[in-house]
Amino acid sequence: MDFDLTEEQSILKDSLDRLLADKYGFEDRNRYAKAAEGWSGEMWQHFAEMGLMALPFAEEDGGIGGGPVETMIVMESLGKALALEPYFATVVLGGGFLRLGGSPAQKADLVPQVAEGALKLAFAHQERNARFDLAHVETSATKDGDGYVLNGAKSVVTHGDCADKLFVTARLSGDSRDETGVGVFLVDAGADGLTRRGYPTQDGLRAAEITLDNVKVGADALFGKPGKGMTLVRAVVDQAIAALSAESLGVMSAMHELTVDYMKVRKQFGLPIGAFQALQHKAVDMFVALEQARSITMFATMMADSANADERARAVHAAKAEIGRGGRLVGENAIQIHGGVGMTMEYAVGHYFKRMTMIDVAFGNADHHLRALAGAGGLFEEKAA
Amino acid sequence: MDLRFTDDEIAFRDGVRAFLRENLPEEIRKRLVDGEYMVKDDLVRWSRILNEKGWAVPHWPAEYGGTGWDPMRQYIYLEETQKFPAPQPLAFGVNMVGPVIYTFGNDEQKKTFLPRIANLDDWWCQGFSEPGAGSDLASLKTRAVRDGDHYIVNGQKTWTTLAQYADWIFCLVRTDPDAKKQEGISFLLIDMKTPGIEVRPIVTIDGGREVNEVFFTDVKVPAENLVGQENKGWDYAKFLLGNERTNIARIGISKQRVARIRELAAKEMSGGRPLIEDERFREKLASIEIELKALELTQLRVVAADAKRGNTGKPDPASSILKIKGSEIQQATTHLLMEVMGPYALPYRAENGEGWNEPPDGPDYAAFAAPGYFNNRKVSIYGGSNEIQKNIIAKAVLGL
Repeated sequence: MDFDLTEEQSILKDSLDRLLADKYGFEDRNRYAKAAEGWSGEMWQHFAEMGLMALPFAEEDGGIGGGPVETMIVMESLGKALALEPYFATVVLGGGFLRLGGSPAQKADLVPQVAEGALKLAFAHQERNARFDLAHVETSATKDGDGYVLNGAKSVVTHGDCADKLFVTARLSGDSRDETGVGVFLVDAGADGLTRRGYPTQDGLRAAEITLDNVKVGADALFGKPGKGMTLVRAVVDQAIAALSAESLGVMSAMHELTVDYMKVRKQFGLPIGAFQALQHKAVDMFVALEQARSITMFATMMADSANADERARAVHAAKAEIGRGGRLVGENAIQIHGGVGMTMEYAVGHYFKRMTMIDVAFGNADHHLRALAGAGGLFEEKAA
Repeated sequence: MDLRFTDDEIAFRDGVRAFLRENLPEEIRKRLVDGEYMVKDDLVRWSRILNEKGWAVPHWPAEYGGTGWDPMRQYIYLEETQKFPAPQPLAFGVNMVGPVIYTFGNDEQKKTFLPRIANLDDWWCQGFSEPGAGSDLASLKTRAVRDGDHYIVNGQKTWTTLAQYADWIFCLVRTDPDAKKQEGISFLLIDMKTPGIEVRPIVTIDGGREVNEVFFTDVKVPAENLVGQENKGWDYAKFLLGNERTNIARIGISKQRVARIRELAAKEMSGGRPLIEDERFREKLASIEIELKALELTQLRVVAADAKRGNTGKPDPASSILKIKGSEIQQATTHLLMEVMGPYALPYRAENGEGWNEPPDGPDYAAFAAPGYFNNRKVSIYGGSNEIQKNIIAKAVLGL
């Protein structure tokens, strides 16, 4: 058992952290957020030059051959910087579909474009009535010659406004909540019949509402097996949740650090507020939640590419539930301990809190995953393989 | 990063499991599964089986009977024995006074006491807490006055666990009343048969007789029973209390209890179906499991870090949360186990665990559920209450 990073992984972490320390301070972030697309094209290029876009792809596909641990490293650092760029949408989600569902031809075409930062992707899946039910897909795909016609609407698609291509889920058969009958299609953002309305989200990122009105795609737009799309979606989303957990670690540790530092300098009644036991205990509760989150994220990360879908899902449920409640505890206490200044937009801690809160909503909140884990038999029940 | 056990470690684990299956008497195991109070003879019997095998004191240096296992193997062994479950060694000897003696004691003390601890020939208890010194341990008042070749000890200890069985007690005593409070304390080994010692039971809210008051009236203790130097006892006590980071979270015990909850909740009915199918109940269980899994990995992070730096350096900051979170989980699991029993948590037999042979009032697994819950309220109090732990973390880890 080894909890340490390899030398290559340490180098990756150090160089990314150096870049972010240099170019991604809180003021920089505020500036990047004001750009038309809501993030920094310059930083995007830096990430590409560092190899972050190529990181998770196999070397034979034009990638660097990193795995879930490398993604964890990157996401934690991006979380600590509150990075705005569409890395999660493009590389983690979109890249996930390419890696796990792409044919050799699809990979050969698309991976190099993603790797050099030239292609941005998003996952258009969420629907108005689905809430956290991943299999709830009403958008339809109808066979049309060799290809398909897509009709429907997708909600709150993270970075859907800037993506060049969208992975769209659509139903080929069955009822709207059936596990089978779903296909995953890669659609050009500029396709006829596709419209999108972008907007900012609470955490300073961007999302879009997307409608598909008789959008025609070719047979080569299909990823994975027709009708078996949910198997692919679940595999990608499980890995994405592990990555979000890692981002949360960055967010939580930043909030904890800001708070403890503030407790040492802010004086009331002639003493630093860190001298008050009531606040010390809150800060320790935050520390405990952070360390527990770190441990469960490591667990989910190690399980993220497990071939055993049941074990993988249970680990991910556990992580998302723990991150959700731990993140809320850390965030709410960070605001409380900061007092009035924590309430202001001009101070960083509130922005971390907002990001943390939105992560809980993404791909199922803490309650959703707790229920799912309980329904699956918990974490320690050993099921026959 | 690789969170899997190596093949060697898995083989080791399987070896431990096989040993437990073949050597632990079933009636001892059953009493543990049912959550009964520890029976002295069970522990003595099991300790001798372990000592015969050479596993009684795995973490001790090899020259005193240790196995030479690395920290990961020690952890695996511990967890397997807790999950099985097998009796846990008497901590006061094996984990507390033993390491103090081999680290600070003289050759004579090592030769006399260590083999007897390993074989549980001597039952040790701990004389630290006093009526006026709980979490503020250093304010203790029991006096030891040097008189020729002896110390004369007067005072009172309390919360002395299993003192009713004890052959020896290791005590913190004040030898210099004029020094600052941490500096006038010495570490004395006292034979419980010495005249002037009286043990009175304290019955705790679970009905159990685990703890006692121990009174010392002009107790004559040979000066050779002083460990290390006079007035340096506080250092040895700190060593003793800080020595234990492998077992403080009690992961294996909580895992065993979680498995027990799942098993019994499948038998108990609620609303016409097994309790385990009740959403609210199983979410509570899953919630505990998540915390437990996270803490297990936190524990393993600490063990792996100890293994890497040879257990000599500063502990991983994460180790400080083991006591807090571990105790919270133990309390949550004992509460949920009691909940499983429903109304049959109610019957109370004070004689239970002390030779009670009548049929149980409810299911035979229900009798110790409520006592287990009540008893486990102690785990966030002893060894420095959780609030004290938070003070320590605030200072030592967060720098507040």
